[in-house]
Amino acid sequence: MSVGLQRVEPAPSPAPPESHARGWTAPGWGFVVKLLLMMVVNAAGVLAILSAWNAGAWVILGVLVALLVAADWVYFSRRALPLKYLFPGLVFLAAFQMFTLVYTGYVAFTNYGTGHLGSMQQAVDAALIQDEQRAEGSPTYPLAVLREGDTLGFAINDEGVVRVGTAEEPLEAVGGAVVDADGAVTQVPGWEVVPRAQLFSDAALQERVVALRVPVSDDATEGSIRTREGATGAVYTSTLEWDPAARTITDTETGAVYSPDDRGSFVSADGDRLAAGWYVNVGFENFARAFTDDRYAGPLLRVAAWTFAFAILTVLTSFGLGLLFALVYNDPRVRGRKVLRTIFILPYAFPAFMSALLWRGMLNAEFGVVNDWFFLGANISWLTDPWLAKLAILWVNLWLSYPYWFLVTTGALQGLPGDVMEAARVDGAGRWRQFRSITLPLLLVATAPLAIASFAFNFNNFTIIYMLTDGGPAFPGASVPLGATDILISAIYQISGVSGGRADYGLASALSIIVFVVIGIVSAVAFRRTRKLEEI
Amino acid sequence: MAVTQTPARPQAPARPSNPARRGRWWAEVGWKYPVAVVIVFYAAFPLVYAVSASLDPRGSLAGSSNLFRTVSGANYAALGSTSYWTWAVNTLVICAAAAFGAVLMGAAAAYAFSRFRFRGRRASLTTLLIIQMFPQTVAFVAVFLLLIALGNVVPALGVNSKIALICVYLGGALGANTFLMYGFFNTIPIEIDEAAKIDGATHAQVFWRLIMPLVPPILAVVGLLAFISAFGDFILARIVLTSEDNWTLAVGMYQWVSNQLTSRWGLFAAGATIGSLPVLVLFLSLQRYIVGGLSAGSVKG
Repeated sequence: MSVGLQRVEPAPSPAPPESHARGWTAPGWGFVVKLLLMMVVNAAGVLAILSAWNAGAWVILGVLVALLVAADWVYFSRRALPLKYLFPGLVFLAAFQMFTLVYTGYVAFTNYGTGHLGSMQQAVDAALIQDEQRAEGSPTYPLAVLREGDTLGFAINDEGVVRVGTAEEPLEAVGGAVVDADGAVTQVPGWEVVPRAQLFSDAALQERVVALRVPVSDDATEGSIRTREGATGAVYTSTLEWDPAARTITDTETGAVYSPDDRGSFVSADGDRLAAGWYVNVGFENFARAFTDDRYAGPLLRVAAWTFAFAILTVLTSFGLGLLFALVYNDPRVRGRKVLRTIFILPYAFPAFMSALLWRGMLNAEFGVVNDWFFLGANISWLTDPWLAKLAILWVNLWLSYPYWFLVTTGALQGLPGDVMEAARVDGAGRWRQFRSITLPLLLVATAPLAIASFAFNFNNFTIIYMLTDGGPAFPGASVPLGATDILISAIYQISGVSGGRADYGLASALSIIVFVVIGIVSAVAFRRTRKLEEI
Repeated sequence: MAVTQTPARPQAPARPSNPARRGRWWAEVGWKYPVAVVIVFYAAFPLVYAVSASLDPRGSLAGSSNLFRTVSGANYAALGSTSYWTWAVNTLVICAAAAFGAVLMGAAAAYAFSRFRFRGRRASLTTLLIIQMFPQTVAFVAVFLLLIALGNVVPALGVNSKIALICVYLGGALGANTFLMYGFFNTIPIEIDEAAKIDGATHAQVFWRLIMPLVPPILAVVGLLAFISAFGDFILARIVLTSEDNWTLAVGMYQWVSNQLTSRWGLFAAGATIGSLPVLVLFLSLQRYIVGGLSAGSVKG
């Protein structure tokens, strides 16, 4: 789309001056700033490329190299003038929006999720680690946790010989280490020995230490040193053995041979399945599951219906209320309109997530102010009854969004052509008639695109749903974590498992695609109506 | 279409003395005042209630219905012993960075689209228009997986990094703001640029010295909208920022209310009162600019 942009029309001035960002001649500070910025960019880029190389992330490596070359070309070539202004934005757009859209489409056709993470090689590694057990009869070594920068390592005292290793580097004997009377390693040259007190207080560090596996030697079958508490280590080995040539995993204890199936799992002859798997293309299975699987189809259908109802009703009610207020108070005879308007739009200026959380407390059945003040202290369970919860959500969203329509319709009312209104009055049209036949149609023309945009926004209004009800109350008897007020986006959130629980990225992405299709259709309608393209 | 452009106020007296005319005045105008009181109550009572709850030293939801029964700053002081201020600083840093980046990248892109004629310009604009309709939040699973992959290479761009979250927000910046700014930039006569160019100005000088000083209103609107949308974002912040020290206000305060709604109510109310102030002030002081921005592209609502 943007590659190879060129100026078609040269600048009209006869001799385009040299940009100050290109030459050394005065005022050259623009060039200096550019040079410094590009130095930073290049340094960061090269660092990132090196660490991509170390991590073996070849795709990211390729993209980084391409981006860095492109950046240097754009900012040091004379031919890429528009790109100089577009490049940073395009990079972010490409990486964090366009790519994620495309990637969603890819994941939707895989079984990516719990039990199917990463590649086959990663699944093999995970399987071997999961199966690891302390080797029988293996000795316990005094152990110290080492740190150098961000790298963690272990030092063990192997009967007087201090051996040091990290996740990448197998154990190797080092000289110059200091061992105290109890046999604990206290100093290792080139490393900082992490004090145990720090290990106890830093949960993140603890987690890393417990996960750290230092290979005993280059031969993986010899196992690795692990620790449970950071003071002693032992050799852990796996009974599973990976045969890269045959692509099978053999359990050396039972003799069972696990071979890969086409679903991304290792399965033995008698149907045993290893927990760790990799993701594979499953075609339209996720979509089929969303529509036909009994566990999902019913709840998802109700969720989809409520999503549409919620979005449409929200737009209608808030548009209606906002328009009503605008009609009443767009009256020059009313005094103090400025103050009134400021107070009227307060709910809109208040951060939406705080409003939703605030209403969550106010609508509390037992202690909420709404029941206390307006319902004589009755215990009305606004947020836990399926229908009342829906009503509560519509009510709160009305409170949140009528000011938007109040502002928009007030503006539109003031932009209405005075002569048309005048003509209607002269022709004897009553007030209602004027409103119905002239004001409303003109208003609708002006605000229809905004109404469609508002529909699309509310269709994905995750915040209000999640903050107010968490999607609940849950569907009775459903095996999926969905509820009566869940809309599609919050259902996707629950199913995806990104916040914990069983992850099903494939199904979640498939549902995202469905949402995209709906938005696409709605936007296409909006497109044709607004003809925004013609402005380009 | 700024709402402030109201027609001049007619000279008629607001409260006529003649009884017949007063009847008409009530029927046409007067009734709007009592109704306004009802609307003011509807719009403001939750906020007044929040302020009242924040001043209630008992700090629980129970009994918070008696407005301003006791007034104390205990909840505000208690915020200091929670992570609230860490979250507030995180929020401020993330939102300010996202807003600044959005303004800068949006303005640069709008300048390019508005002032240069290049191959692929129309196609790029159309593509942008289409892409911006598909919100990032719906693709959050892919964002999450992308950050996991990036984090293995550059930890600063991985899960649980504020920089990564800022980058994710900036990914949506070009699509959301370019059109708003592009339209505004087009209203600045190109003759100004051309005159400057003849005087020897370069494209960078035209951008920084000529165009940018002419467009602060739209910069303010875009900055504010980007700030508010980052401030209000929950779903992306929730999945990107995993450790409590990195949370934003949206993530942290949700945790308060969802876990122990009744006991932490005073804390929440105090936090909400403080947290909403900057947004309220910004919003209300820039409201005349925002109305124009709202009509151009619906953002919130």
